[in-house]
Amino acid sequence: MDFNFITLALSQILEPQTIGYALAALGLAVHFGFTGLLNFGQAGFMAVGGYSFAITTTQFGWPLWAALAACVVGSIIFALILGIPTLRLRADYLSIVTIAAAEIVRYTVKTPDISPITGGSDGINGSSDTFNALNPLPDIQYHLGIGTYNKEQLWIRIVGWVVVIVAALVIRQLMRSPWGRIVKGIREDEDAVRSLGKNVTWYKMQSLILGGVLGGLATVIVIIPTSLQPDNYGTQTTFFLYTIILLGGATTVLGPIVGSIIFWVVLSLSDGILSLLVSNHLIPITSIQQGPIRFIIVGIALMLLVIFRPQGIFGNKREAHFSA
Amino acid sequence: MPESSTQVEQLQVGEPGPGVPKKDPILIVDSVTRTFGGMTAVDVAHVEIPRGKITALIGPNGAGKTTFFNLLTGFDKPDTGTWSLDGDSLSGVPAYKVARRGMVRTFQLTKALSLLTVMENMRLGATRQGGERFLPALITGLWRKRETEITDQALELLARFKLDTKKDDYAASLSGGQRKLLEMARALMSKPRLVMLDEPMAGVNPALTQSLLGHVLNLKNDGTTVLFVEHDMHMVQTIADWVIVMAEGKIVAEGYPATVMADPAVIDAYLGAHHDTDLGSLTGQLEVAEDIGSPLTGDIIEEIAEETPDAK
Repeated sequence: MDFNFITLALSQILEPQTIGYALAALGLAVHFGFTGLLNFGQAGFMAVGGYSFAITTTQFGWPLWAALAACVVGSIIFALILGIPTLRLRADYLSIVTIAAAEIVRYTVKTPDISPITGGSDGINGSSDTFNALNPLPDIQYHLGIGTYNKEQLWIRIVGWVVVIVAALVIRQLMRSPWGRIVKGIREDEDAVRSLGKNVTWYKMQSLILGGVLGGLATVIVIIPTSLQPDNYGTQTTFFLYTIILLGGATTVLGPIVGSIIFWVVLSLSDGILSLLVSNHLIPITSIQQGPIRFIIVGIALMLLVIFRPQGIFGNKREAHFSA
Repeated sequence: MPESSTQVEQLQVGEPGPGVPKKDPILIVDSVTRTFGGMTAVDVAHVEIPRGKITALIGPNGAGKTTFFNLLTGFDKPDTGTWSLDGDSLSGVPAYKVARRGMVRTFQLTKALSLLTVMENMRLGATRQGGERFLPALITGLWRKRETEITDQALELLARFKLDTKKDDYAASLSGGQRKLLEMARALMSKPRLVMLDEPMAGVNPALTQSLLGHVLNLKNDGTTVLFVEHDMHMVQTIADWVIVMAEGKIVAEGYPATVMADPAVIDAYLGAHHDTDLGSLTGQLEVAEDIGSPLTGDIIEEIAEETPDAK
């Protein structure tokens, strides 16, 4: 039997996809875990940020810093558009609007009329040039035990993880500050916080922007080594992110990051195990059925997790006890 | 001896009655109305709250006391009306700004922030913490000093409210009465001019009620004005300096606690003006309708006129 899939699964730890999902999940944790905003459109933030970066890079030839600024500004504008009409209202309005807005973004970029700019269903390739131009690494093959990488592959992995660590430190600092205290207070009861003289709507907006920008930047990391595909930013992406933060602990900083690693490693691992079993005729399914089945396994794992460890891996047991 | 002689100190100008002007009002309310559909929940023509005193707002269920509170504190918008705190208009001011101007409220259904510790709850009530802004929050050095001051102030208040041993517990672990205490203590963190307590005694056991009453009295001794909503008239008599009675959205009586309870309007409000009237009969309904100036009076007269020939 071939046990290569274990190495393959472990290499997920360094995959840009894992890094990007960690960052986007961190943003969602700011929304959902810390502020209590039910954002079901994190995929929309990811798409807006990604397209802002990719279009300005490939179509307009903007330098890296300007394209990154476009990504941040794009995410902020998207947050303002979603937040201004909904944040004054009850929490559920935000979730309705965000889930719809994310789909609107996805369908809009696929519209044939604007395909020359957005790439339509094919997405956008080649947004990595400006990033790779900054690569200081020598052009050799890097053997890291779980995989062999060329200098471009290693460069994005290093930068990606540095960005995640910096973002995590910033969020950790914020959540331990008086700003974080207000945001967590809003999660518990926004009227109480309002009665203490805090501008609740503005804090919710700040939180929506912060988490949204993290989502936008996440896509940049994901698309640099591959390409921007509109269908990667559908609702399932948002639900993967929810799985990740529930797995790791929604009210923690480390939770979304470790949750993302576990999510992708386990998904890859289950795929490897299933294909091993299928190819050796040990279970009565075909290789076509194997893809969906691993998501069933993930779903069952998630249910067990929420039942037996609702606070996630890093969450505080007492917190979950009281919210139950 | 300025404050201890409140029983004899005259607060109002002229005879006590609905809307009577006060010698030194802190809050002045004019023609505030709020309707929900066809129902007028609040219709207050004029009322003044005396400074530095404990004023009780009483009335039966559904009298509009809490709605009135919500309107004054910016949690609800009135259809008409103006009101001002120390001369600054508060009409149309959002709730958080009302609180910043020194008018802080509590809620009938206690709003302790469950998954924050007692200490974090308290700190949240403080003002002038620069670390509450996004960018300064990133640098601990910019707000640590103020945080220490806030923590000391919070510890002092918690000790006063006998919650200091609970400071590191989640607010969710407190009993109902302790949450009431926490909410009151939290409201005091901003050193407000006017504290508005919505049913501070509701659901609190008798032993804790005594201590709550003591805290409310302490507030007055510190120079804070208190306006509180209460059902229980006996509770009111022990601590209030002035009592305002609401019924069906209107202020029906005002006065000193010792005398206001004897006011026929108050007894009417609690027992109903027509508690001995037979509302099953049209004449009884007419009597009530005329008394409250109901627009239905005409209809009832017509109905009586229609029914009278039938009876013959």
